[in-house]
Amino acid sequence: MSDVTETLKTNAVGLEKNDYKGLPSTLCKGCGHDSVSARIMNVAYDLSLPPQRTVKFSGIGCSSKSPAYFLGRSHAFNSLHGRMPSVATGAMAANHNLITIAVSGDGDTASIGLGQFKHLLRRNVPMVYVIENNGVYGLTKGQFSATADEGQTLKYAGINDLPPIDICLEAIIGSCGFVARSFAGDPRQVETLLKAAFSYKGTAILDIISPCVTFNNHESSTKSYPFGKEHEIQLHELAHVPAYQEITIDEYAEGERKQVKLHDGSWITLKKLEKGHDPTDFTQAVKVLRDAQVNKELITGLIYINNNLRDLHGLLGTVETPLAFQAPEALRPSPESLQALMAEMR
Amino acid sequence: MTETSQASEPQNTAQGARQINDFCINVATTNGTGSQTSNIALFRAMFRMGIPVSGKNLFPSNIQGLPTWYRIRLNHTGHVGYRDTWEILVTLNAKTLAEDLAAVPSGGVVFYDNALPVKEDREDVVYYAMPIKDLVKQSGVAPNLREYITNMVYVGMMAELLGIERSAIRSALDTHFSGKQKAVDLNMQMVDLAADYARNNCVKRDPYWVNRIEGGNNDMILIEGNAAAALGSVYGGVSVLAWYPITPATSLADGINEYLPKLRKDPKTGKATYAVIQAEDELSAIGMTLGAGWAGARAMTSTSGPGISLMAEFTSYAYQAEIPAVIWDVQRVGPSTGLPTRTSQGDLAFTYRLGHGDTRHIILLPHDPSECFEFGYKSFDLAEFFQTPVFVLSDLDLGMNVWMSKSFTYPETPMNRGKVLSAEQLQELGGKWGRYVDVDGDGVTYRTLPGTEHPTAGYFTRGTGHNEKAGYSERSEDWEANMIRLRRKFDTARQHVPKPEIVRQQGGDIAVVSFGTNHQSILEAVDLLKQDGLRFDYLRIRALPTSPEIGEFLDAYERIYVIENNFNGQMHGILLQEYPTYATRLISISRQNGMPLSASWIQEQLKTTHQRFLQALA
Repeated sequence: MSDVTETLKTNAVGLEKNDYKGLPSTLCKGCGHDSVSARIMNVAYDLSLPPQRTVKFSGIGCSSKSPAYFLGRSHAFNSLHGRMPSVATGAMAANHNLITIAVSGDGDTASIGLGQFKHLLRRNVPMVYVIENNGVYGLTKGQFSATADEGQTLKYAGINDLPPIDICLEAIIGSCGFVARSFAGDPRQVETLLKAAFSYKGTAILDIISPCVTFNNHESSTKSYPFGKEHEIQLHELAHVPAYQEITIDEYAEGERKQVKLHDGSWITLKKLEKGHDPTDFTQAVKVLRDAQVNKELITGLIYINNNLRDLHGLLGTVETPLAFQAPEALRPSPESLQALMAEMR
Repeated sequence: MTETSQASEPQNTAQGARQINDFCINVATTNGTGSQTSNIALFRAMFRMGIPVSGKNLFPSNIQGLPTWYRIRLNHTGHVGYRDTWEILVTLNAKTLAEDLAAVPSGGVVFYDNALPVKEDREDVVYYAMPIKDLVKQSGVAPNLREYITNMVYVGMMAELLGIERSAIRSALDTHFSGKQKAVDLNMQMVDLAADYARNNCVKRDPYWVNRIEGGNNDMILIEGNAAAALGSVYGGVSVLAWYPITPATSLADGINEYLPKLRKDPKTGKATYAVIQAEDELSAIGMTLGAGWAGARAMTSTSGPGISLMAEFTSYAYQAEIPAVIWDVQRVGPSTGLPTRTSQGDLAFTYRLGHGDTRHIILLPHDPSECFEFGYKSFDLAEFFQTPVFVLSDLDLGMNVWMSKSFTYPETPMNRGKVLSAEQLQELGGKWGRYVDVDGDGVTYRTLPGTEHPTAGYFTRGTGHNEKAGYSERSEDWEANMIRLRRKFDTARQHVPKPEIVRQQGGDIAVVSFGTNHQSILEAVDLLKQDGLRFDYLRIRALPTSPEIGEFLDAYERIYVIENNFNGQMHGILLQEYPTYATRLISISRQNGMPLSASWIQEQLKTTHQRFLQALA
């Protein structure tokens, strides 16, 4: 689809693709994160996201620097290491009309930030939460993160003797309603999943294996380009169909394709491949991830989806006009109300 | 004194001079037994009789079964600060009986549960035995409800023997139970029975009396500091509260949770114009507060010392990235877990400079509930105008005790939302603006809110070094220029924070400086010191950074005593740095034992310290 739109000058909100650009990246040449940034720009353009209402959040690390390199017109909050979820929660409580894209890393989310990550999911804060997962600390030059494979070797850190934390597994058992994994070397799938994630109402977790070309790109690492290219197993053939576009007649045999309607009226269609995975089945989702862990497979695609969760706004029961834009009269009760309270306390 | 059941003088006349409306009661019970209802009823009844009164709950960090004391002080001159001593003991607790009895002063009174082994062996003490078990039995109250009314026995006996009006007790219970007649009647039944018992069986032998003061306590209210802070926050327009439970701050968030649904629902839809989130820890609570404040909500959090420690990194961020936030610290005793249910002013120095790097913050220092209310709303104006964290330092004594307070005054000025550029303003500027450009020369720059419909509204918020356009910068010049502007902003704040309160007296030639809840005891001590021939003028700091009035005051005295409730003399340290030229004049008097400072301790300290100084001069 992106091939089609690229030939057009402007999108539905009258913006050109350039309007979604950021500053030039300062990451290493070939970094997976830059590829993800490019995908985010494409998708924002394709979905006609209004930059003024779109906000970017990040923590600390190479991945968390990347919001500077896309959507330059949008507000951004580059927060503290591992603490981005709380900041995003506060901002979304203040203004539920914001469209939120958060970028974090495996250290930021699975090591220092695991607690906030899990609690964000419980509150189902509406946002696209991308983890650029490379199994290694880049900015501090090559320590293992919590997602690194057990037994893996790194030049700086030696052998990793701890089992990995699987971010998608954590998300699923943490009550997240949209859990996907992809590979930075698979741009088409990343874009499709990003589109579906933006259409989802609630926290959408996108764990993207995004190789670190400097510290962790050797074949023995499951977070490397060579490994991903060799071992990626797509769970489905995915497509995102915008709300205005009719779903074409199913050309596949019945049972081979599943369609899931998203909150904004768009659809994600999944054509079954050899795994035959059903992403609406919680138990299957856990099993497919566990099996992949044991078999050292890189499975990608939409792993779990549940459309029936209440989001933060519903949870808080807040008014339609964002709290951030409430008029003073709505925020300060009347003098009479204070007098009445004082009378009760005499 | 129209109650027919009141102790009448011919029957119960005490020997000697009467001590009216000037004494202190110490009620020793066990926590979790419901004695708080009785104590508050006594306290409120005396308040409703027009007598200045205070109540201090000395409770353990525990839910049930450990010793608790409640101190009620009456003083007709209005001095109701904490006292180290008391005259009347009410004891229902066997575990602390020995130490409680030993502390009864000569001329004191003991009301005791007759099931306790009290020997009545002191001739200088008046004893009243209370047959609690028998009276509760006689009441005919169902056995499952008896536990709730047991403590009303001492209320009834004290009412009779001290002269507390039963109608005032009924009215106090009516307030306590929000008019639920069944509960009021049940408790009052026990009060009446015990009062009648005292009337018929006890001879008043002590000199202590409670007499109504006509017109007393006019326009005064009773409220806890935390509830007052909650109300102030609600009238200040709090729209996001993120918090984590911690003693003694929990009841502040509880108060906000109670008032918001009553006062801040959208009248049309019934939906909330606010969000309250109980966070998973204080790291998250402050993170949510900053996210919300950045996005344009009036955002706050409330905590105590250990929570403040966790908030240090985010506070440093908020200072550097310039994000408004209101942080209430209801102080308890540290270091570490410390004394979680005792009071302190020990977080002052820490909050003032909280965060790594060169940070300083605006601190508000309320001394009573009306000031908690005032700072509750003013803190938001200051935080949003200066785009920075504002700390309000209350303490356990203020936050968790019921205080007599002036009625609250409705905010006199409209909300100040600070320098926020709208889409229209950006249009007028031709989109030319910079997030950290000091347009007005006061160090306070302009910001935009996410969601502002203008192509140039967006900017990048970061804790890293940045230039005036909010772009990443590692240039020394940019860094230094920003720090200089932040200092300029802090200096601007000196003119805008609440000014000190100054109490002078004729011929005052020595000065006392203090802050917060030491206020009542200092006023009393200053009064007492007049009798010693010492005339102290008094300045109460209401906020940091110091405003010019503080320097002008200090300049006028050769000797200035800085009194505070912490171990190291933290305010003294701050003043030394702020006013190095007065360093030799500023003398620290500080103490930290978990209790509020008493007037007698302050009097003694000031007297001996100052006399030593005078002797040295001579």
